[in-house]
Amino acid sequence: MTNTSSNAPSIRIRDLYVDYGARHILKGVNLDIPSGKITVIMGGSGAGKSTLLRCILGLKKPVSGSICMLGKDVVTASLKEIYALRKEMGVAFQGGALFSSMSVAENIQLPLHEHTSLDQHTIEIMTRIKLDMVNMLDAEKLMPSELSGGMTKRAALARAIIMDPKLLFFDEPSAGLDPSTAAELDDLILKLKGGLRMTIVVVTHEMESIFKIADYIAVMSEGELIAAGTPEEIRASTHEVVQDYLNRKPREGIVDADEHLRALTEGSD
Amino acid sequence: MESSLKSEKGYDLLLLSGEVDLQYSPKVREKILGALRQGKPLLIDMESVSYIDSSGIASLVEGFQTAKSAKLPYGLLNISDPAMQVLTLTRLDKIFSLYTSTEQFSQQL
Repeated sequence: MTNTSSNAPSIRIRDLYVDYGARHILKGVNLDIPSGKITVIMGGSGAGKSTLLRCILGLKKPVSGSICMLGKDVVTASLKEIYALRKEMGVAFQGGALFSSMSVAENIQLPLHEHTSLDQHTIEIMTRIKLDMVNMLDAEKLMPSELSGGMTKRAALARAIIMDPKLLFFDEPSAGLDPSTAAELDDLILKLKGGLRMTIVVVTHEMESIFKIADYIAVMSEGELIAAGTPEEIRASTHEVVQDYLNRKPREGIVDADEHLRALTEGSD
Repeated sequence: MESSLKSEKGYDLLLLSGEVDLQYSPKVREKILGALRQGKPLLIDMESVSYIDSSGIASLVEGFQTAKSAKLPYGLLNISDPAMQVLTLTRLDKIFSLYTSTEQFSQQL
């Protein structure tokens, strides 16, 4: 299915197919991610949302399809073009992906040292601006091993936004956090959207976060995009899987009791 | 991005316009620090700034720090909405001296 928004899309995904070996992970995904908004890609485990994110980031080559952003098709782009695109992207990975041998400040500065020739004093001020944004101004000299889970996520976010990217991606920002820390991170994401000129894409299955931060929601299931729209449109969706997901019900029909019992006692064919 | 420095009575006026981003902020930084090296107060007109990123904000902060050390008046004039959003997000709207007219700045020299 193809979904469009009233805004010009920042990322345009068409007919995306991805296989891992014989398994079909993405089965013809079409999605327009609106510019300057927070889009949440949601779905259960194995829905294909993380694979979709990896494709957008140029980390996984699809079997076919296109992903156009900032005037380039990531699928056909050369390595040099993908590196250029990555300067415009910030990614906050699920585990933080901070370098353990570097302080928080050094981790955050890394992209600036790699991609710019800014004066060191400017870099230090930029680092503190971003640390202040994520409420970690007093943690610049700490090492990653000294950070709590929530602090690690915030430090990763500070690094993701250090270059003021046009596109900011979060992979499961609330994973592993207690509800209060997760809520703080959601507030932070909303604050960034309000002040910075960014298109934000969040991959998550945390229902509370989704409806708190999303301007636009894409629902994935079994490698397909089954619904996309505003939170109100998704809530009103009559799609059975969407409704089951929203109501956190296990999908009926997935497990045939007799078959399941046979598989458990006799093994599958 | 465009910038121009004008000498006014008792101070310098730096006019910034367009997008102050990673590409242009080193130039802005050089203009700000260069102007302050002349030992004159500096007012930065930001009415036509359509976007400013954190490297641009960092240049403004460096200017603020330099002016403070040199005890020179330093202010921002008519900040555009997009620039104000970033200043607010970084809580620097409370730190910088903000002006809505050149007369306002001149009066406190």
